[in-house]
Amino acid sequence: MMEPMPQIPMLNYDVVVIGGGPAGMAASIKAKELGLNVLLLDENDYLGGILPQCIHPGFGIHYFREELTGPEFAARLAKRLVELGVEYRTGARVLEIRNYSDLEKVVVFTSPSGTFQVWTKAVIYAAGARERHAFEIGIVGDRVSGIYTAGEAQTLMDIYGILPGKEIVIVGSGDVGLIMARRFALEGAKVKAVVELMPYPGGLARNVMILRDFDIPLYLGHKVVEVRGKGRVERVKVVKVDENLNEIPGSEFWIEADTLIISAGLVPSVKKLKKIGVEIDPATGGPVVNDRLETSVPGIFVAGNSLLINDLVDYVAEQGELAAEGAREFIENGGIESRKWVKVRKGENVRLIVPHYLSGDRDVYLYLRVSKPMEDVELRIPEIGKRMKLPVVKPAEMLRIKLKAEEIREVEKLTVEVVKA
Amino acid sequence: MKTKVAIIGAGISGASIARVLSKYENLEVHLIEKAPDVGWGVSKANTALIHGGYDDDPEKYPTRAKLCIRGNRLWHQWVKELQIPHVWNGALIVATKDEDFDELERLLERGRKNGVPEMRIVDRDELFHLEPDLTREAIGALWVPIVGQIGPIPAVIALVENAVANGVKTHLETEVRGIKVENGEVKGVETNNGFIEADIVINAAGLYADDVARMAGIDYFEIHPRKGEYWIFDEGIPGPRRVLFPTPTQISKGIVVTTEISGHLMIGPNAQDLPPEEKEDFATTKEGLEQVWEGAKKLWPQLPPRSKVIRTFAGLRPEPTGGDFIIKAEEEVWGFINVAGIRSPGLTSAPAIAHEVAGIIERDLGVKLVEKEKWNPYRKEITHFFMLGPEQINEMVRKNPAYGKVVCRCNNVSEGDILEAIERMKMIGVKTPSIDSVKFRTKATTGTCQGSFCRPRIVQLLAREYGVEPWEVTLKGRGSEIGIGNVKALLRRDEA
Repeated sequence: MMEPMPQIPMLNYDVVVIGGGPAGMAASIKAKELGLNVLLLDENDYLGGILPQCIHPGFGIHYFREELTGPEFAARLAKRLVELGVEYRTGARVLEIRNYSDLEKVVVFTSPSGTFQVWTKAVIYAAGARERHAFEIGIVGDRVSGIYTAGEAQTLMDIYGILPGKEIVIVGSGDVGLIMARRFALEGAKVKAVVELMPYPGGLARNVMILRDFDIPLYLGHKVVEVRGKGRVERVKVVKVDENLNEIPGSEFWIEADTLIISAGLVPSVKKLKKIGVEIDPATGGPVVNDRLETSVPGIFVAGNSLLINDLVDYVAEQGELAAEGAREFIENGGIESRKWVKVRKGENVRLIVPHYLSGDRDVYLYLRVSKPMEDVELRIPEIGKRMKLPVVKPAEMLRIKLKAEEIREVEKLTVEVVKA
Repeated sequence: MKTKVAIIGAGISGASIARVLSKYENLEVHLIEKAPDVGWGVSKANTALIHGGYDDDPEKYPTRAKLCIRGNRLWHQWVKELQIPHVWNGALIVATKDEDFDELERLLERGRKNGVPEMRIVDRDELFHLEPDLTREAIGALWVPIVGQIGPIPAVIALVENAVANGVKTHLETEVRGIKVENGEVKGVETNNGFIEADIVINAAGLYADDVARMAGIDYFEIHPRKGEYWIFDEGIPGPRRVLFPTPTQISKGIVVTTEISGHLMIGPNAQDLPPEEKEDFATTKEGLEQVWEGAKKLWPQLPPRSKVIRTFAGLRPEPTGGDFIIKAEEEVWGFINVAGIRSPGLTSAPAIAHEVAGIIERDLGVKLVEKEKWNPYRKEITHFFMLGPEQINEMVRKNPAYGKVVCRCNNVSEGDILEAIERMKMIGVKTPSIDSVKFRTKATTGTCQGSFCRPRIVQLLAREYGVEPWEVTLKGRGSEIGIGNVKALLRRDEA
């Protein structure tokens, strides 16, 4: 039964895209190009999501076939979006998604012009991810100023023009942590350490180079366990860990610093999807999806870092387009036609893989990450006899594998494994 | 001529006293606080419980025993007058061994002596009816329905707002450096912001009450800090419906498992005695948090994975010599009233403490208190976007579009809520813009992401409203600035 909606202004669209970052912008553009009546909602004052604060290059090599900075990548999408006349609202925060029936959904959002209910046939959810914070990774001690997630520090520096500190310790050698190490170094701050729990660096190879370029010490197999300071961070305690990631007693040492940057990974923001019963994959933290990027709730699609944490914005935009194509099919056919879905299973050294179900009627990209780094390996899918040689695989680098429709049409399941060649 | 009263300390005790004394025509009340905002000392970090009053032995701790139950009853009224967030959900003191029932019987008897209503021992069946997910080892419990929970800092803020509306003057960031005593009478307090004249000085200085007393030449007690640590978990983690205590031991009331008023599972505290000089040590420790975890698990075996924590924190309780509250007019210094050693159940007792102090002023100091004709007992709660329905939001947006704009996405706090918080900060005299001041009023930054998205935006709003540079905005007062300068500060060498 439908709950009565309150008396608030009503809007009607074919598809509502939630989140105006690269996934949401690409999805809106594609939806519009496919002839759908689309509304894009973003809670910031500007479109682009996290891109406007990513002032470094390295974006767009696959998607635009040229290397761009974050703001440039966002501006290209924004230009196209405006040319097409895509309707969008900034400062618009979605409060609730209601799923009345397959083709009848309501998105309630609030904005400086008030609260609205949008009736729509499909939803593309592209709300991005959030960062893990100091408490989640078990850091104890004083709760003082100078502790920021990498993204927050980036916002402070490159959106608001604030320098957080001058002596920096960074937790985590993922891409965001490494890029912030360089960012601080470029502003004249002293980056005293990058501390990585794992025995290998967590970022893309090109970003690990930053450490050498700027002469920044990297502590592999170490963790920051404690912060002390009065008012502001004064020192952080670092401890070595063994192969099981347990702290080694007696290995503690202190580093004096006024700033601690936490770059300990991202978590897909999917609370609103969970509320409407979308099934979540514990491995990705995002929804379980089919090859249209449709979730377990019909007509709710997902793309970008809400689907799985990506390394490259190019793939994020690609997922946005794919979700938009799925939404069009869903609206035109009154649903994604059910058929025998091919289940994708994780084999040896595969930590996560998306999508979870393949239709077999179209070519598809599999996005996957390995559990541990290996060299001279083969990616195998025994059911279809597929083998691909890979010189090196790392958890930090997402693999993207194209499968042709004819390869997968006849099978019931696929197992993807990464094994020694 | 009005009698001038200086209250030292704007925690739950000082704020309650200020509110009660604001009723009287013939008093001029000054509330003095060294922190940039109210409620940032002992009141900030505790279990946020309004206790039942069964715990304090009237033989050993007569003041605590008497004021706790009175305070509980007064809070039932005060939370309504002041619109303080609260819940009355009752407590279960859980037995897991047969011999625990002896202790529960003792508590029941003591509760009856202290005047606690409706307590009773429940058997296993009823216990699991009251709290289905409790440890299967539970065999019964003492049920105390009058126990509740409030937001301690929101309570202090509400009290001070109400006191200020009724004429109390606040002095924030004002540290007391001395008490002026002449011919055995107090004359006022020396502070970093000058001399504040006073006929009556009320020492509600929390952890520092012993230092302040010594400034008046009173030296019969010492306050030592006792640290307690807590874990608080993300929303959606199932917590208990009631406040759960283990059966207490000689040493402690034990580690509590509760769903705090915002709906988060919270566990704690342990108890670690610190040396008297360590009154600023609010650091959490690995050992302490481990102790809390192990303790809580005994009552609530299905604790979530540790990665579901959103915050750990520590608070200090002011433990006085002797253990009982010290609430009295000091005979050798006329006009000096100690309100010291307000440890647990201090939050519960605060309204009763305030009335006690008014009584002391009349009875012991002979000041006949004259009630104001127009005293306003009410205070309106700040707007919380997350409590509004869509139609109400649209009504607010028509007045101010800022109410339609969400800043804290985890807790749905609007820009309007934040601007209102800033207005209220200024109303009670907050001079230094701090994120924490906004946080405690609006709940912004206290959700799943712990502020990584909204903190920069709040910094911007605080900077604008206070007319300072954004990097000068602080997390929690001077010395905790958000940045060291403009992003080019180091390259230009113009670091502040």
